[in-house]
Amino acid sequence: MDKHLSTPTPSSASPSVPALELRAIDKRFGSVHANRTVSFAVAPGSIHGLIGENGAGKSTLMNIVYGFHRADSGEIRVNGRSVEITSPQEAIAAGIGMVHQHFMLVENFTVLENVVLGVEGGALLAGGLARARTELERLARDYALDVPLDAVVSELPVGLQQRVEILKALYRGAQILILDEPTAVLTPQEADALFRMLRRLRDEGKSVVLVTHKLREIMAITDRVTVMRQGAIVAEVATATTSPRELAEKMVGRAVLLRVDKSLAQPGATLLAVRDLDVRDRLGVARVKGVSFDLRAGEIVGLAGVSGNGQSELLEALAGIRFPTRGSITLQNHDLIRERLDPRQRRALGLAHVPEDRLRMGVVANFSAEDNAILGYHDRATYNPGALLDRAAIRAACEGKMAAHDVRPPMPSLRISAFSGGNQQKLVLAREIDVDPRVLLIGQPTRGVDIGAIEFIHKKLVALRDAGKALLIVSVELDEILGLADRILVMNAGEIVGELLRADATEEKIGLMMAGIDSRAGFSPPTESGLKSALPQT
Amino acid sequence: MKLPRFVSSLFASALVSPAIFAADFSPAIIYDMGGKFDKSFNQSASDGTARFKKETGIEVREFEVTNAAQREQAMTRFAQRGAQIIVAIGFSQASAVEAVAKKFPNVKFAIIDGTVNLPNVQSINFREEQSSFLCGMAAALASKTGKVGFVGGMDIPLIRKFAQGYADGAKFVNPQAEVFQNMTGTTAAAWNDPTKGGELAKSQIGRGADVIFHASGNTGSGVMQAAKDAGKLSIGCDANQNYIHPGSVLTSAVKRVDVAVYKTIMDTKNGTWKGGSIVLGLAEDGIGYSLDEFNRKLITPAMEAKLNQAKADIISGKLKVAEYKVQ
Amino acid sequence: MSAPQKLPRWAELGLLPLINLAAALLLSGLVVKILGESPWAAFKLLASGAFGTQEGIGYTLYYATNFIFTGLGVAVAYHAGLFNIGCEGQAYIGGLGSGLIALWLGDRAPFFVVLPIAIVAGAAFGAAWALIPAWLQARRGSHIVITTIMFNFIAASLMTYLLVNVLIKPGQQSPESREFGPQAMLPAAHELFAKIGITFSPSPLNLAFAIALLASALVWVLVWRTRWGYALRVVGQNPSAAVYAGISPSRIIIQAMLLSGALAGGLGLNELLGSQHRILIDFPGGAGFVGIAVALMGRNHPIGILVSAVLFGALAQGGAQLAFDMPKINRDMVVVIQGLVILFCGALENVFRAPLALLFRAKGEK
Repeated sequence: MDKHLSTPTPSSASPSVPALELRAIDKRFGSVHANRTVSFAVAPGSIHGLIGENGAGKSTLMNIVYGFHRADSGEIRVNGRSVEITSPQEAIAAGIGMVHQHFMLVENFTVLENVVLGVEGGALLAGGLARARTELERLARDYALDVPLDAVVSELPVGLQQRVEILKALYRGAQILILDEPTAVLTPQEADALFRMLRRLRDEGKSVVLVTHKLREIMAITDRVTVMRQGAIVAEVATATTSPRELAEKMVGRAVLLRVDKSLAQPGATLLAVRDLDVRDRLGVARVKGVSFDLRAGEIVGLAGVSGNGQSELLEALAGIRFPTRGSITLQNHDLIRERLDPRQRRALGLAHVPEDRLRMGVVANFSAEDNAILGYHDRATYNPGALLDRAAIRAACEGKMAAHDVRPPMPSLRISAFSGGNQQKLVLAREIDVDPRVLLIGQPTRGVDIGAIEFIHKKLVALRDAGKALLIVSVELDEILGLADRILVMNAGEIVGELLRADATEEKIGLMMAGIDSRAGFSPPTESGLKSALPQT
Repeated sequence: MKLPRFVSSLFASALVSPAIFAADFSPAIIYDMGGKFDKSFNQSASDGTARFKKETGIEVREFEVTNAAQREQAMTRFAQRGAQIIVAIGFSQASAVEAVAKKFPNVKFAIIDGTVNLPNVQSINFREEQSSFLCGMAAALASKTGKVGFVGGMDIPLIRKFAQGYADGAKFVNPQAEVFQNMTGTTAAAWNDPTKGGELAKSQIGRGADVIFHASGNTGSGVMQAAKDAGKLSIGCDANQNYIHPGSVLTSAVKRVDVAVYKTIMDTKNGTWKGGSIVLGLAEDGIGYSLDEFNRKLITPAMEAKLNQAKADIISGKLKVAEYKVQ
Repeated sequence: MSAPQKLPRWAELGLLPLINLAAALLLSGLVVKILGESPWAAFKLLASGAFGTQEGIGYTLYYATNFIFTGLGVAVAYHAGLFNIGCEGQAYIGGLGSGLIALWLGDRAPFFVVLPIAIVAGAAFGAAWALIPAWLQARRGSHIVITTIMFNFIAASLMTYLLVNVLIKPGQQSPESREFGPQAMLPAAHELFAKIGITFSPSPLNLAFAIALLASALVWVLVWRTRWGYALRVVGQNPSAAVYAGISPSRIIIQAMLLSGALAGGLGLNELLGSQHRILIDFPGGAGFVGIAVALMGRNHPIGILVSAVLFGALAQGGAQLAFDMPKINRDMVVVIQGLVILFCGALENVFRAPLALLFRAKGEK
């Protein structure tokens, strides 16, 4: 996908006065020193990357700029003028806009209503709305930010919702746009569209701060990059002069293995057989259509596809969370569908599942780590010697998992939401691996996980394969599929449209299949409209 | 008037119910859950105590219960603190009176609308069926449609007693009379739901009723308002409610709780109090129908003659009004 | 940020509720002042009425017993993510169950036979009354708040019908049953104390209080120490995670509501078998609704519920004392104080949280 992204060129705008300058910002939360005298400047008409692992202090810094937190000391300057920012309103007034990782939209309002929310202009809505419509149509033209103004937000795909957030910021007169992990929720295609938009904004003279932990995004789009580690800035360089490896080492503080090292797979017996599976959603719309495949011992199968093409539903059907309308899933001579086995019974047969959306399904945010470490296994005899739960056994088991999977901090009684995404994922993985399953279903293994943890998780998965497990990995990160899988299935519109061995797979071939274009029929490159039609029509 | 204290203590040993002097006299009254400002039953009792206070200058200690357990608690407390007479308003207090009166045989108790068979308890009951009977007659006499309505508060025996007397009275005048009956509810909220009372009245009016009697506490204000709005007649209850909508309230089934409360306290003070059962009917003037300047024009002389004849017949025993029998 | 500030555990569970309570009392004091009485005298009366005498303590704990049962009922449902407004009706019908057993066996079976059957019957009736709303929620998605409110009304209608037409003691006005036989009366606290030679002033406090304490302990064990309680809390916190873990939310919802109704049904033991010794109209007297506030204030934890139930019991008893000795303060004032406590501890819970969190942060940084 790199080839879709043009090489960034430094903007011609005068670099003399920075659009945004932070001077010696310092912030503590109790005993945590979140920002240690941080200083950096964003040139006008540039895209500035801010990169660091989870917990490095990026978000705190940006929240200070946007007025959510107040710095203990330090100064913020906008266009060379010192400003006092104590609330988002003041940030907006200073020309700073922010797009959060989790959108702050009213789901059942239209796009137009969301954009004018808080700046309606007058007691009567109608006048303000009409003015806003004219202004937004102009903004959409100028920055190629096409959004259906009268659509209800909840009905828009995530990429468009993000566009609404950007429009909102621009409508409020933002000259400096901060985006916090904007691609975490996007498909690669949506991310590409976002980057095109950001370049357009830069070319129009706006400044963009891109907060991320994804190296390829930094390399693809930023002009300069600032690296943070443990609350402090460790490097600031022109993007053109650095490399992903260098940035990764600076982020983590040690050499990082970016590629997954693994031997050739030695597939054994078939452990899970799926035949003619049909899955419908609650409204009766077919999401998975006639899917058949096998998972064999000692191989990793990657399931690729544009988000929303049935991978999630397929994964949930395999795990027992959804019931298919047709077909069979065979595991250990049991037909999971005909016997109507629930997730608990499937676990007993050796089927483990790491869900795609960890926070929605994989953990209970208010529970301690140790309570989360028994989710799904809470009625096993190990934890229930008699009528009561054995708290000591639960704690010991959690300590064991934390040690084996390097979960930090190793505190079983700490609430899971206090752990970083990577450590949460390691604990979920530990929970599912620890029972020695035969088959592992893993959705988005490294979503919201920092680089150090990604490396650890990838190694674990390969080790499991080498131990003779069958793994199915669903990921929207094509790199991850290409890096891990021995065999790749590609889904489009609920069907498996292609199967490739890793050796035969290229990013281009998979991309074409994902877009629903049969690679054998001809080699027309995927067009924008082709990709759009591949998106789910919600 | 005042006797020296030693004289009274001399008498105390000799007399069953000695007169008690203002300085020592401490009566108490316990209202039920409705509270003393319920514009109806409890308030009528409150009026009786107010009259006693006004006439004698003696304070009457008061308590309004909020739950079942407080009845016994408050009674015990009053007894311990030297109340000579404790008046309990409402049938719900009967069991509490029974329990406490046994423990304090030297304290006098009175219960309104209930019966407790102990020597130190005066049980005061009213013949509501008699006043309701007269009101039923008045309703049937005033009705042009031959259809009359009844709106009760909570569906309990006492209110059924009203309903039955009313229906009997209407049928006595006009055997073909149709009587619609509705109860407002099954919880204590039914005593204080004017909106629903109004709706019930409207629905009865819709079915042809042109006189509606309520026995529903504050709910009745909605009943009477609805009747007035529709140009129909209503009949008040417990207190004389004729003044509320002059010209629209035909009459009221008056129940003189105030007189009963005043009398039992006054009798105690005067040393003429006796335990046992007291039933107040037309003969005793404890109940009746009201006639004043607000409804003078509504009650024609012919009606008044018939009502007075019936009243005399009931008192003389010539006309028997059936009592509501609790199963 | 928008997330609630974190406080140390002791401050979260102890200090914050205390501050909220103090604020509520302060405001109540202001109302007392406006009414022309001394707030300090009123407060002393309230406190001494609730805790100053053995009788006062007896009444306080007697009221608290009702609130413990309904508070536990609300809390168990809450842990499954359900807001059970129907404890009033469940307590009412549960009491009918216990009461029927008491009427039937009270004078023909020994106490130690009657009591367990009455407990089981009360729990079963209360649970049965929660079953239909639970089923409607679990299988049909009907909102539990709506259905349980409606079932409160249905319970009231049913009980009025039964008491007026069926259970009423012949020949009396008051819709209440005949008195239970002696074997169906729970011994009062002062009787029990007398047996071991301790004199205790008479009050309606009875054995049901001990049963309520036992129920609290059992709820704690069940919710925090069993796999069922684990499943219950997962369903309440994250239904998707429950499905993922192979826990059936609809089954848990029904079970939680059954338990909730059964606990509320315990109120009948205290009110009917323990104190009134007959079935009478509207005996829960709003304790089902107070239970919501009790659970809310007690953070749905049995220990918290015990503490707040005693607090609300003290308000009921101390308030009666206040109304008794300060004629200007009537019973509605007690309702005002209760309302303020609920307001500060429930709705305005976060008012003092932010300043308190700041205080702790400032302290932490020094």
